[in-house]
Amino acid sequence: MVGRTVNSRELILGRLRAAIGPTTTTPAEVPRDYRPAGGDVDLDVLVHRLTDYRATVHRCSDAEVAKVVDEVLGGQRVVVPPRVPGHWLPATVAAVTDENLTAEQIAAFDGVVTAAAVAIAETGTVVLDAAPDQGRRVITLLPDVHICVLRTDQVVAGAPDAIARLDPNRPLTWISGPSATSDIELNRVEGVHGPRRLHVVIVPRP
Amino acid sequence: MTSTFLGMPTTAPRGVGHLRGDQSFPAAARRALADSQLRRNLGHATATIRAKSAAVIAEAPDWQQLRDAGAAIKADVMARLPELLEQLEAAVTAAGGTVHWAADAVEANRIVTELVAATGSDRVIKVKSMATQEIGLNEALEAAGITPVETDLAELIVQLGDDRPSHILVPAIHRNRAEIREIFLREMPGVDPALTDDPVALAAAARRYLRQTFLHTPVAVSGANFAVAETGTLVVVESEGNGRMCLTLPETLITVMGVEKVVPTWRDLEVFLQLLPRASTGERMNPYTSMWTGVSPGDGPQQVHLVLLDNGRSAVLADEVGRQALHCIRCSACLNVCPVYERTGGHAYGSVYPGPIGAVLSPQLTGVEENASLPYASSLCGACYDACPVKINIPELLVHLRAAHVTAQRRPTTESIAMAAAAYTMDHPALYAAAQRAARLTRLAGRRGRGLPPPLSGWTIGRDLPQPPPQTFREWWAER
Amino acid sequence: MRIALFVTCLADTLFPEAAKATVRLLERLGHQVVFPEEQTCCGQMHVNTGYPDDALRLVRRHVRTFAPYDVVVAPSGSCVGSVRHQHAMVARRAGDERLASLAEEVARHTYELSELLVDVLGVTDVGAYYPHRTTYHPTCHSLRMIRVGDRPLRLLREVRGLDLVELPQAEQCCGFGGTFAVKNADTSTAMLADKMRHVLATGADVCTAGDASCLMHIGGGLSRLRAGVRTVHLAEILASTEAS
Repeated sequence: MVGRTVNSRELILGRLRAAIGPTTTTPAEVPRDYRPAGGDVDLDVLVHRLTDYRATVHRCSDAEVAKVVDEVLGGQRVVVPPRVPGHWLPATVAAVTDENLTAEQIAAFDGVVTAAAVAIAETGTVVLDAAPDQGRRVITLLPDVHICVLRTDQVVAGAPDAIARLDPNRPLTWISGPSATSDIELNRVEGVHGPRRLHVVIVPRP
Repeated sequence: MTSTFLGMPTTAPRGVGHLRGDQSFPAAARRALADSQLRRNLGHATATIRAKSAAVIAEAPDWQQLRDAGAAIKADVMARLPELLEQLEAAVTAAGGTVHWAADAVEANRIVTELVAATGSDRVIKVKSMATQEIGLNEALEAAGITPVETDLAELIVQLGDDRPSHILVPAIHRNRAEIREIFLREMPGVDPALTDDPVALAAAARRYLRQTFLHTPVAVSGANFAVAETGTLVVVESEGNGRMCLTLPETLITVMGVEKVVPTWRDLEVFLQLLPRASTGERMNPYTSMWTGVSPGDGPQQVHLVLLDNGRSAVLADEVGRQALHCIRCSACLNVCPVYERTGGHAYGSVYPGPIGAVLSPQLTGVEENASLPYASSLCGACYDACPVKINIPELLVHLRAAHVTAQRRPTTESIAMAAAAYTMDHPALYAAAQRAARLTRLAGRRGRGLPPPLSGWTIGRDLPQPPPQTFREWWAER
Repeated sequence: MRIALFVTCLADTLFPEAAKATVRLLERLGHQVVFPEEQTCCGQMHVNTGYPDDALRLVRRHVRTFAPYDVVVAPSGSCVGSVRHQHAMVARRAGDERLASLAEEVARHTYELSELLVDVLGVTDVGAYYPHRTTYHPTCHSLRMIRVGDRPLRLLREVRGLDLVELPQAEQCCGFGGTFAVKNADTSTAMLADKMRHVLATGADVCTAGDASCLMHIGGGLSRLRAGVRTVHLAEILASTEAS
């Protein structure tokens, strides 16, 4: 199998080289006249875009996060990443830290509470990078409710800012609203395989 | 084998995959045009998506600059494809992934089937992927006793309905909610018999049906929207979360990707992640985008494979004009604005790549003579070129491929003789004037064109002929 | 101004009224129109059907015929589109770089009628009178290939007596597409049916456009329906006066 793979590699690269013909290998100049990173951040835009795609937005102090979690998930079972701040979790939720839980175990939780890495105002997008306060990708996928706590200093204007901040070596999940589909008559409906409810809690920078 | 032989760009092989229809476009279109339900479904769906897309594109003041950047990045990719693929291979390997090279559909199917078999699983979960449809992977897996489960809602509708996809983004666009409900009631095991045709209820039915399959299938197959050469990062853009399930839960992940999907740098994603959602689903950003670079210890699949697929792409690349078809990011904006697609639907194009991009991509992947009617399946109205987020000049490509088809004819045809004669006549003003006078004889055919031979008789199926005037302009001018 | 008329083979042969109207209009505005009689066809049909090599001799003829003139006008967005976007390509394909640059030079001086009026001659009120309920179909090549924009509408809005009504889904193709209309006749007529439905919905007496080819198509369909709506080239409306 190894031998065949090597042969196909040479075959394909040979075909592609022949197809291009004699060529330069210096990268071509790409005109990047679109809006660059560094634009002004407008939190109201973020809130509008999140709401527009059916996420629920809460704005409060860091100390009040527990109250929001209580309102949304009080009395329910919640999975959390290893380093989520303890004061975000009210006594009313049964919080279990993900320490190599199985997928089936995670699927049995009602909700998940995480931090975020970056948020994009213009598109209403939250990005998770699997840091210890966000956890493994699976924990934000299987429970039906995701509460994501965002600091205002994590909010950027547009996609170029987010790309500049993120580390491609980490597994990244960009989330824009709850799970949705446009597959039936091209109308967007929320709620397919991922969490059907997304709550974004915006807190001031520390 | 000589090196010359090794280096010959090659079209996609016959007998495998789904790039060739069994009918010419006009014949297949005739059948589709007679289906009034299909036309209503398509008209409604494409009008909806056009309006949504136009609204979010209007929000981006730098849309044209993003298109220019996207087009330039893709042109750069094509000019440096071999080195970028080698760079990608090195980066993926360094991050713990395994890279495989598949010269064609047969080899790609064999590689994937062997990788799945090695896991011991008799089932794979699949994220919607054009590349795996193109190569007929599902049929190959089934032949090996492996059940492929399509997890994208539209793909699921198509798979359960034993149907064929008709749109790049929304493969079941030809079905309305009532038809989808019927398919679910008939084919989905364990479905609630009281299921309504409310899209929310239909989506919930799919959620319930697939949940256990997601949790208990150890291997997934995906495509990739982008692969970053610089970092080895693969990107899948989706909506439902079925992609995240497939990319996160199984132990083994196999990604099949056309070689043209590579982009040079991490930064290039800032362009495409703005272009793709607005052009495709008409969203500012799609609900979920997953990015992974090789293996992340303890998080997600620990066996990560990337299959790089040629299957005719080298032949497309060899055509300096035609290669821009490889710039396509599969957004399907060109389908949604195409007046031909809106009326015939995707099945008429035969290939998994329908619509304007399919009309220029499929004939190049297979060789133009095996999809010879597709370059003519357009009125050259140009709506596709305006809509394309990476500015593929589809009308130019259509005309280019028509010329390639004409050149491929070894003998003169009725049409080629008529065209040469017309050009000769029009290059001799006296002959031309005589021909104009002769045109008046068509008055004899009447406005309904009685007795006109094909293809001219095609005109008069729904249109009267113009009455030739008593005097041409040049006759009038000469008398002035 | 001395303006060379590129009449187009279709207007010359089948729709001379559009060409005559172009002449009358420009003369009424005080310009001199000349008609280079060596002209025949721009070769667009050949290129679009896959015969660029046959088109080469027609491109050569066109360039030779119009190179001496500073301003060329055609009552057709489609044929101007061919001159601008196809002629140089046909020449380059044949390896004739000299012809390609001459073709580009001719293309720079070639205008569609509404472009000439608005951009070069600087008029939108051409003194026309046309007392009819009229709807305007922006043909694909005028709209997307040469991008005449709202120039035709600006001209129509100044026509006295004219009741301009908006065409629903105006930007959709009528289904003509040259040989498309015969090679894919079923799809073409399905597109035409929708276009006619929209035209009839306006209640207009007249459907106008800047291309005789699309008007021939729409007009052929309306005639078959005996719909009572006429197709009239933009030039004919702009050339009409109270006297005519």
